[in-house]
Amino acid sequence: MNHDRYPDSYIANILHSVKSIAMIGASAKDVRPSYIAMKYLLAKGYEVIPVNPGQAGKEILGQLVYAKLSDIPKPVDMVDVFRGSDALPSIVDDVLALDPRPQVLWAQLTVRNDAAAEKAEAAGLKVVMNRCPKIEYGRHSGEIGWNGVNSRIISARKPVLQRGYQALGIRARPQ
Amino acid sequence: MSNSEPGFSTLAIHAGAQPDPTTGARATPIYQTTSFVFEDTDHAASLFGLKAFGNIYTRIMNPTQAVLEERIAALEGGTAALATGSGHGAQLLVFHTIMQPGDNFIAANKLYGGSINQFGHAFKSFDWHVRWCDPSDLDSVESQIDDRTRAIFIESLANPGGTFVDIKAFADIAHKHGIPLIVDNTMASPYLVRPIEHGADLVVHSLTKFIGGHGNSMGGVIVDGGTFDWTASGNYPMLSEPRPEYGGIVLHETFGNFAFAIACRVLGLRDFGPAISPFNAFLILTGVETLPLRMQRHCDNTLEVASWIKNHDKVAWVSYSGLEDDDNHALMKAYSPKGAGAVFTFGLKGGYEAGVKFVEALEIFSHLANIGDTRSLVIHPASTTHRQLSPEQQVAAGAGSDVVRLSIGIEDVADIIGDLSQALDKA
Ligand SMILES: Cc1ncc(COP(=O)(O)O)c(C=O)c1O
Repeated sequence: MNHDRYPDSYIANILHSVKSIAMIGASAKDVRPSYIAMKYLLAKGYEVIPVNPGQAGKEILGQLVYAKLSDIPKPVDMVDVFRGSDALPSIVDDVLALDPRPQVLWAQLTVRNDAAAEKAEAAGLKVVMNRCPKIEYGRHSGEIGWNGVNSRIISARKPVLQRGYQALGIRARPQ
Repeated sequence: MSNSEPGFSTLAIHAGAQPDPTTGARATPIYQTTSFVFEDTDHAASLFGLKAFGNIYTRIMNPTQAVLEERIAALEGGTAALATGSGHGAQLLVFHTIMQPGDNFIAANKLYGGSINQFGHAFKSFDWHVRWCDPSDLDSVESQIDDRTRAIFIESLANPGGTFVDIKAFADIAHKHGIPLIVDNTMASPYLVRPIEHGADLVVHSLTKFIGGHGNSMGGVIVDGGTFDWTASGNYPMLSEPRPEYGGIVLHETFGNFAFAIACRVLGLRDFGPAISPFNAFLILTGVETLPLRMQRHCDNTLEVASWIKNHDKVAWVSYSGLEDDDNHALMKAYSPKGAGAVFTFGLKGGYEAGVKFVEALEIFSHLANIGDTRSLVIHPASTTHRQLSPEQQVAAGAGSDVVRLSIGIEDVADIIGDLSQALDKA
């Protein structure tokens, strides 16, 4: 995968297929990007499981926090990383040790480590780096345009209405 | 859509717009409402805390305005945009986001007269200081940069002189000093020039002009190029520091490469209030759809008119970079190969007196203070748009006392030339 520019269908497929997300580095502070992304993803119907050793045993946004990935008692579809690029190689090792393995490794805005990505991809995972799932969901649903952001997607298809006011779902069908 | 990039005309019609999901309305509706109902208190808190996308109150955002914003961001190749009630409102919000009291910025002395006033006078009350440079003398730019300089501001195609500026050269200087380049692209429009492709970090427009294009609505816009690192220097605390207005959120970290546009909205538009009306956003959106067609016709008509007027007996000089012997022609070819825009200036051999007679004898041309209308327009800048400038500033800006400015419309060019011809006979 070219990690400079992802095809829209690649991202849309991931956002469609994933149901549960382990969020490494989830913060309990409500102004941190991880908290904001977690709140948004929960509102969009994803199961989000926070991983943060400092918060283990407590709850963030009503979800029980685990100290490490291997503590999570059930399989997850995706691991979303809110840690520095340097931390990615050891996180990849932890992810590959899970059984069953997640299908997707996602690293947040500014987080990128090509060697770690290559290792995860060689093991069959889809990798996304230097992107935010909240922003990508906003692009593929059209919601992000409400705040003047260029979604770079044009479509004459009907937007997908979700429950409640001002809530859109992912538009593009997986291919 | 395939994964190839849509072309400019496709974006001009489609970017940002989608069928209305409840009614199927295909044109973008005019959301003429002040406010938007929340699903519940948690949703309201998420919107106010910047944790969800969506609308709260039309002073801050509105769905009609949002389509216009995404459309212009796409046409300029930016990451995001913010529309405002006027071009000047956009400039105020840009500098409010960049400047702290005591900071300075460098601006070209060839600008729209209103911008020269805003920077030179109004901004002083905020303790923001402009330093003028000559855009054709790059040393006059770099020699004035110091550790309180926060940006460089130019017009891609300067009003009223109609001269193109070497955007890339300015971008290189700005980036060497770790500051952003801001380009006012009003006169060229993104159809002719896309400043971000040449290194600009931020683009502003008066949408009042060619983008709206029909002389019916005021509007402005800020486009975030997504290129500038607002955190590296520590000089842009609105973006790099926790914001007390939002419980300590750090905007650059949270919104990445579109943080500047968000900051202008949630720290500028929200607090100063120069919002665009939904109706104006709608009219401008309708105008944008034909921007490529109109702009090409503007350029074609103007080249014909300028070539004709140059050979008229009573005309002393013409400044239009589309003319092959114009000093600015090489830069025009490099930056704007499709045409040189619709605005140019000329002087009559009879000077100021003859100019007054000429303006008063025109029939089809409207004598008014605007450019970029479908209609052909005329003005004498020294007594109007550039009136508050000193005589030296007027000459530097290309608006000396003998100068007449034309903004050529998209009427039949034979009728435009016919009107100019009869008026010149009386001058
Ligand atoms: C180049 C340029 N920039 C900015 C402005 C200011 O825009 P507005 O009149 O929409 O405030 C104008 C208006 O004449 C202009 O010509």
